[in-house]
Amino acid sequence: MKVKGRITEVKGTVVKASNVSGVQMNEMVKVGETGLIGEVVRVEGDSAYVQVYEFTTGLKPGEPVEGLGSPLSVTLAPGIVGNIYDGLQRPLSTIEGYTISRGYTAEAIDVNKSWHFVPVVKPGIKVQGGEKIGYVEETELIRHYIMIPPNVIGNLTYVAPEGDYKVTDQIAEVQGSEKQSISMLQRWSVRVPRPIKRRLVASEPLITGQRVIDAFFPLAKGGSAAVPGGFGTGKTVLLHQMASWANSRIVVYVGCGERGNEMVELLKTFPKLNDPISGKPIMQKSIMIANTSNMPVAAREASVYVGLTLAEYYRDMGYDSLMLADSTSRWAEALREISGRLEEIPAEEGYPSYLASRIASFYERAGYVETLSGDFGSVSIIGAVSPPGGDFTEPVTTHTLRYVKAFWLLDPNLAYSRHYPAVNWISSYSSYVESLSDWWSLNISDEFETLRRRALDILFKEESLRNIVRLLGPEVLPEDEKLLLEAANMLREGFLKQSAYHEVDRYTPPLVQYYLLKLIISFYEKAKEKLTGGATVEEIKASPLYLEVIRARFNVKSKENFEAIMKKVMEF
Amino acid sequence: MSGSITFSSVQSIRGSLMVIKTNGKLGYEELVEIELGNGEKRLGRSLQVSEDIAVVEVFEGTQGLSPRDVKVRFLGKPLELPVSNELLGRIFDGLGRPIDNMPEPVGSEELDINGKILNPYKREYPDEFIQTGVSVIDGMLSMVRGQKLPIFSGSGLPHDTLAAQIARQATIAKGEEFAVVFAAVGVPADTAMFFRRELEQSGALKRSVLFLNLAEDPAVERIVTPRVALTAAEYLAFEEGYHVLAILTDMTNYGEALREISMMREEVPSRRGYPGYLYTDLATIFERSGRISGRKGSLTQLPILSMPADDITHPIPDLTAYITEGQIVLGKELYHKGIYPPVNVLMSLSRLMKDGVGEGKTRADHKELSDQLYNSYSKAMDVRSLAEIVGEEGIPESSKKYLQFADAFEKKFMKQDPYENRDIDTTLNLAWEILSILPESEWTNISEKSKKVYMNVVQKRNI
Ligand SMILES: Nc1ncnc2c1ncn2[C@@H]1O[C@H](COP(=O)(O)OP(=O)(O)OP(=O)(O)O)[C@@H](O)[C@H]1O
Ligand SMILES: [Mg+2]
Repeated sequence: MKVKGRITEVKGTVVKASNVSGVQMNEMVKVGETGLIGEVVRVEGDSAYVQVYEFTTGLKPGEPVEGLGSPLSVTLAPGIVGNIYDGLQRPLSTIEGYTISRGYTAEAIDVNKSWHFVPVVKPGIKVQGGEKIGYVEETELIRHYIMIPPNVIGNLTYVAPEGDYKVTDQIAEVQGSEKQSISMLQRWSVRVPRPIKRRLVASEPLITGQRVIDAFFPLAKGGSAAVPGGFGTGKTVLLHQMASWANSRIVVYVGCGERGNEMVELLKTFPKLNDPISGKPIMQKSIMIANTSNMPVAAREASVYVGLTLAEYYRDMGYDSLMLADSTSRWAEALREISGRLEEIPAEEGYPSYLASRIASFYERAGYVETLSGDFGSVSIIGAVSPPGGDFTEPVTTHTLRYVKAFWLLDPNLAYSRHYPAVNWISSYSSYVESLSDWWSLNISDEFETLRRRALDILFKEESLRNIVRLLGPEVLPEDEKLLLEAANMLREGFLKQSAYHEVDRYTPPLVQYYLLKLIISFYEKAKEKLTGGATVEEIKASPLYLEVIRARFNVKSKENFEAIMKKVMEF
Repeated sequence: MSGSITFSSVQSIRGSLMVIKTNGKLGYEELVEIELGNGEKRLGRSLQVSEDIAVVEVFEGTQGLSPRDVKVRFLGKPLELPVSNELLGRIFDGLGRPIDNMPEPVGSEELDINGKILNPYKREYPDEFIQTGVSVIDGMLSMVRGQKLPIFSGSGLPHDTLAAQIARQATIAKGEEFAVVFAAVGVPADTAMFFRRELEQSGALKRSVLFLNLAEDPAVERIVTPRVALTAAEYLAFEEGYHVLAILTDMTNYGEALREISMMREEVPSRRGYPGYLYTDLATIFERSGRISGRKGSLTQLPILSMPADDITHPIPDLTAYITEGQIVLGKELYHKGIYPPVNVLMSLSRLMKDGVGEGKTRADHKELSDQLYNSYSKAMDVRSLAEIVGEEGIPESSKKYLQFADAFEKKFMKQDPYENRDIDTTLNLAWEILSILPESEWTNISEKSKKVYMNVVQKRNI
């Protein structure tokens, strides 16, 4: 039964409709003569408030409003990977002309395309939601498993033989309380997390190739992290780097209320960058969602859920998904704007009182899990946070920091001096360090944890020495402390700094991260010996080896490279 | 103007807002024409519509309006600008009506001033270097065609001189000059005159369109002026194939007008009284720039805004920098030292520089040099502030070079005449020259290759 009513008020992108009794919260509706899409956000008697996903210019009281009977849902089927969507999963590549017209509709995937389906089960067995019945090769990197939709259970009475099918063709049939036809296409409501069997504790790192993160403030597969930072401190570049290099099977990048050109940059670079593990273009494991800052805010609010649901769907196949959202602040602002138009009572800085719980349930969808089919998969979430005025005490930042398990605080002073990534190593945090340290000692070197601690120790000591230097100048320090400052400088220049644009520097595999730390710490140890032997810090700095160790991040690619420099250090 | 003709009456007036009876006939963001008893006509636009009434903002203000003797006519469409290449060489008011005593230009079409959303998929990544002839910009804050790069300034600083110098000198490739779209948003008449004269003297006026909302003009109109100007700019860039440079000044006045209306509507404020949607609203202005794949033209934005109380964390500069592709920040301290252009390089940033410079675009050593200048200048600033505290004796011998470097950077590299146009080679060679003040052990960003190829250029020159 479809509900039909009329517009009574238009206020920005929020529309009030009357005569719509029977309409449900979060139901999708069509608004006005042009059929703009919106979502019910409040029901009051036989009236409802609708947030419209498009600009409402020209909309008039009296125009029709029609309920569509279902909440905002995404299409889940082969053909998603490699696409760029808007916040409602409409593909941006199929639009004619260079602007987006209102009321534009399109299928998320090409429904006419045939896929080569290979069954993995035979009829006659009992199946339930999540079970894999076959697969298609979606891209060279993604084997797309076709799963029984979550709430279906019964006897499998039919499975299509291996062959080419369209996503809407029947490929299986399940006899439960009623007969259900299964195709390769499912739909899922974006605001409802997809079900899992159980949550597990993550113990494997999500390797990002970004040194300050992997080595000092790591993220586990299935973990959640936030990157708060003022404008221009490097959030987007860091997120792009992670999308490019992280060892996840799927990357969902949500550009939420940010620049159009940043999405173009991804579109331009992803086909050219190769996945460090498989060597295939990372476009083949990426999904992009672009709701740029000039697009209507309601769709911006929805876009992060669309992204999350896609990430969960691939997790359910037993993959590690990584979902990046730039910027969650814009999503929170969309909440605020809609809340304001609904005249809800504001809490801090105009944000609605449910801001904290929305942020919590957003990051709650991250996790390392056992899937319904008994596989292991994960969704890791990384969200950028853009505090107004760079003020980390504002509501979105403070609530986010309560719910994420790692955060990389970007420091404007580091950014001003072009120390990128501008991750502050004193105030950033990761709760995953301990659970991941076994991985490093088993897979990289059992010396790694010691080196890591040494390095952090040097950096912390530097911090307290710097306070003295700031007041009295470095000349008052004894030589060994001057040397410590130099060691800290080497760590900054030679390890913490990492250029996103240098061919070698932009991605450092874990083993090379270990090499670089080893070089710097060994150089420091040697230099200490020299100091006791009577050398001065100025003399040590003047040695060409000093610059060579610092610049190792641009040059060391292999064990041979490392050993060549290490030899010089040992002979120093 | 055409459109449906429905008359209505006014219920109440508050500030520049008016509540009118509509019987549901007025659409959201549609125009109304308000006729006063004396025949004067003003324009308004609906901000909220319901079955019987609507809230309308009156662009020319509500002074002298009385609910009883005005007639309101619904125009049945949003605010539009007639566009064609006849716009070039013309001067308009802040709503897009000619004020140069020439007839209304013939438009080939009328475009909604809100523009349409550019499909990000159809954008072309901006990566074509614009040589502005200003060393500190070309060397360290390189602009590319289609970028939006604002100047953040303060009162008494030479932002207008710098913007005019860029407009005058900016060349892309030979024979491809910019068409300039200039929008004055609440600035004094002499600022508008200054730009007009500059454009005239450089012969660019015939390739320019001016939209003027001056300080004495109604504040509400300022909401519209940047949008009218960008509608013209988008049309010239993407339909007529011009490379357009849009100068919008002063966007702080725009933000204040937005706040004024928001307050009159009693909306819940966020920071410092500005509405929560300030970011989104500014984005609908600044995102109207770039390049489109398969189209010849480009739209580069150079907005100017003054930072209230020189505070970069004020919502207007803050949110602007969150949207634009970098910012050029001017500083009082440098200006008082007699340095033009007084660019605070550490606070400034050009995000699109990386793809616009380097081999085949400017020079292979450009990126490294620029990184090194930032790195060294920032160290030099630390040394300088330390020297101020502990005196020059308190700093190590090796650091003293940094003080020299900082001076040379400001007085040799950054400082130049508003009429001096340096090509990129001159700029980069100058960079090597000042860098040579520092010992090579400090050149952490410079590769051996660049040292070999480009250092001798400088050394040869010095001999
Ligand atoms: N790792 C890096 N290597 C080199 N340059 C970097 C790096 N990180 C950041 N940058 C520089 O900093 C600039 C700003 O970074 P970015 O766009 O990521 O900032 P942001 O925090 O996302 O800002 P906003 O909130 O305004 O979007 C980049 O354009 C680039 O020049
Ligand atoms: Mg960003």
